[in-house]
Amino acid sequence: MAEETRHTTHQTSGHVIYEHLHASDDFHELRSRYRRFAIPWTIAFLAWYLLYVVMSNWATDFMDTKVVGNVNVALVFGLLQFVSTFGIAWLYAKHATKSLDPLARRLEQRYNEEVHR
Amino acid sequence: MSTQTLTTVLFLAVVVLTVGITVWASRQGSGAANYYAGGRSFSGFQNGLAIGGDYMSAASFLGISGAIALYGYDGFLYSIGFLVAWLVALLLVAELLRNSGRYTMADQLAYRMRQRPVRTAAATSTVVVSIFYLLAQMVGAGALVALLLGVDSDALKNLVIVGVGFLMIFYVVVGGMKGTTWVQIVKALLLMAGTILITFLVGWHFHFNLSELLGAAAQHTGKGEDFLNPGLKYGATLTSKIDFLSLGLALVLGTAGLPHILIRFYTVPTSRDARSSVLWAIGLIGAFYLMTLVLGFGAAAMLDTGAESKVAVSGGNLASPLLAEAVGGGAGSTGGAVLLALISAVAFATILAVVAGLTLTSASSVAHDIYANVIKKGTATEQSEVKMARISAFVIGGIAIALAIPAQSLNIAFLVALAFAVAASANLPSIIYNLFWPRFNTRGATWSIYGGLIASVGLVFFSPVVSGSETALFKTADFAWFPLSNPGIVSIPLGFLLGYLGSITSREPSSVEAYPELEVRALTGAGAEGAVTH
Repeated sequence: MAEETRHTTHQTSGHVIYEHLHASDDFHELRSRYRRFAIPWTIAFLAWYLLYVVMSNWATDFMDTKVVGNVNVALVFGLLQFVSTFGIAWLYAKHATKSLDPLARRLEQRYNEEVHR
Repeated sequence: MSTQTLTTVLFLAVVVLTVGITVWASRQGSGAANYYAGGRSFSGFQNGLAIGGDYMSAASFLGISGAIALYGYDGFLYSIGFLVAWLVALLLVAELLRNSGRYTMADQLAYRMRQRPVRTAAATSTVVVSIFYLLAQMVGAGALVALLLGVDSDALKNLVIVGVGFLMIFYVVVGGMKGTTWVQIVKALLLMAGTILITFLVGWHFHFNLSELLGAAAQHTGKGEDFLNPGLKYGATLTSKIDFLSLGLALVLGTAGLPHILIRFYTVPTSRDARSSVLWAIGLIGAFYLMTLVLGFGAAAMLDTGAESKVAVSGGNLASPLLAEAVGGGAGSTGGAVLLALISAVAFATILAVVAGLTLTSASSVAHDIYANVIKKGTATEQSEVKMARISAFVIGGIAIALAIPAQSLNIAFLVALAFAVAASANLPSIIYNLFWPRFNTRGATWSIYGGLIASVGLVFFSPVVSGSETALFKTADFAWFPLSNPGIVSIPLGFLLGYLGSITSREPSSVEAYPELEVRALTGAGAEGAVTH
C-alpha cells in the first residue's frame, strides 16, 4: 500500500516540480544528448538491416559470391549484422554511462530534494 | 535404460525443479509489486538471463535450427531479425518504459491519456498477442513429446497440452513474477549449456572449420550451392520475395512491442538496470543464434533431411534433438540416447518458461488494466487485484488449453511470426508515439492499437495461410484475396498512420500538458517506481 500512496503523491504535488525540471538547462542537454544518439543510430541500423533483407531478395548474384572456401557474401553480410548489433549496443552503453547517466542522476536528485521540501 | 525412459525421467526432473523454484519464490514476499514485478529487485544480469529465457522460445531453439536444416541459408534470416530487433528495445524503449510504467504495457499510455479506453485497447492487444504466442508453444510441446516418444497419438498430444497448461497456471498462480523469473533464469542457463555442448560436438566433428561444415551440408542435402545461397525458401516469385521483406519488418519491429518482453523491464530497480539487462540479453541471444547456425547446418550435414525424414515431417522441429543424438554416437548408442534425452528436456524446459511468462503477462493486464482500472476505476485494493490476477491466470490458461487442442495443425513458426506482426502493428506505434510525440492522444492510441490489431489478424485471415492453398488451414475453401502470409508490410505502416490520424483529428489538451512530466520521468527516472524494500 505504501507504494500506491507514494505514486499518487507524485502525480499531484509532483507536477510543478516536473515542470521546473522540464524547463532546466540540464534537462534540455540530457534530452538532446539522448536524441542525438538514439535517433540517427536507429535510422542507421534499420537501414543496414533492410539493405541486407533487400539484397538477399534482389541482389542474389552478389550475395552468392564466394569469399573464402564455402563462405559466401550472404553469410558474411549476415554475420556482420551480428557484429553491428553488438557494436551499436556497446557504443550506446558507453554513451549512456558517460553522457546521460550523470545528468539524469542530477535531475533525479533535484526532484527528490524538491519533493521532500 | 531406453531413450524413452531417460527422456521421461529428465522431463520429470525439469517439472520437479521448476515446481520447487516456484514454491520457494512464493514465500519471498507478497503484494502487487511483488506479484507483478518480482519486487523490482532483480539485478540487470539476472533479468538479462530471464529475458533470454523468455525470448528464446521453442520457435527459436527448435524452429530456427530446423528451418536452416531444411532451407539452408534462408532459415538464418530469422535469427538476424530476432537479434537486430533488440536495438529498438535498447535505444528507444527499455529505459523510458521502465521509468514511466508500473506493471503492464498500458501503464505508460495511461500516464497521460484517458485511462479506460487506452487500458482496454492495450489489454486487448496484450491478450491477443500472448494467446497466439502461447498456442505456438503449446502446440509445439504436444508435437515434440509425441515425436520423441515415438507415439503419434492425438490422445497423448492432448494430454501433454493439458499438462503443460496446468503447469503454467501453477507457476503463475503460485509464483507470480518472482517464480516465473527464476524459472526463466534456470531455463536460460540450461538452454545455453545444452546448445554450447551440441555446438562444440558438431564443431569437433567438422574440425572447427566453418567452410567444411557448410560444404558438407550443401553436399549431404543434395542441394549443392543453392543450400548456402539466399532464396531457397523465399526466392521463387516476386510475391514470395515481398512476403519475406514483410516478415523481416515484423521480426525487427515486433520484439519491442511484445508485452511479455516489455513487462520484464519492470522487474529491475532502475532504468540503468533495465539497460544492463538488455545488454546482457543481446549478448546471450546473439551467442545463441550464432550457435543455431552451427546446429542447423550441422543437422543438414549429418541427418537425413529428405521429404520423408523425421526432420522434414516435423517441419524441422526435431532437427536439434536428432542432431544431439547423432553427435552423441547415433541412434542406439548410449551417448546418443543420453544427449537426445538431455536436449529434449532442455526444449521442454524452454517451452515451460515461455508459456509461464506469457500467461503472467496476460493475467497481469486483465487484473491491473481491466479489473482494477477500467471496472473498479482505481478503487480496488491491492489484495483483490492480485487475487484477480490469479483468477485470470486460471481463465487464460484454460482458454489457451481449449484453443491449442484444435489448433494442432497450425505451423508453429507461423503462429510466432503472426504474434510478432501483431506486436509490431498494434503495440509499437503507440509506445513510440507516446514516448516521443507530445501531440499523441487517446484517439490516436486506440486507433493505432485496434487498427493495427484488426489489420494484422484480418489480413492473415484472408491470406493463403488460412484458405486457398494446399497447406492452408481450410484447404477446401478459398477466400484468400491477400497474397502474402506475413501482413507486416501493410499492417505496420497502417498502425503508425492511424496513430497519427487519430491524434491530429482530436484535441486532448490534458494529454499534451502531461507530456513534459512523462518526458522528464522517462528520461531521468525522477519519481519512477523503486524496488520494494523488505
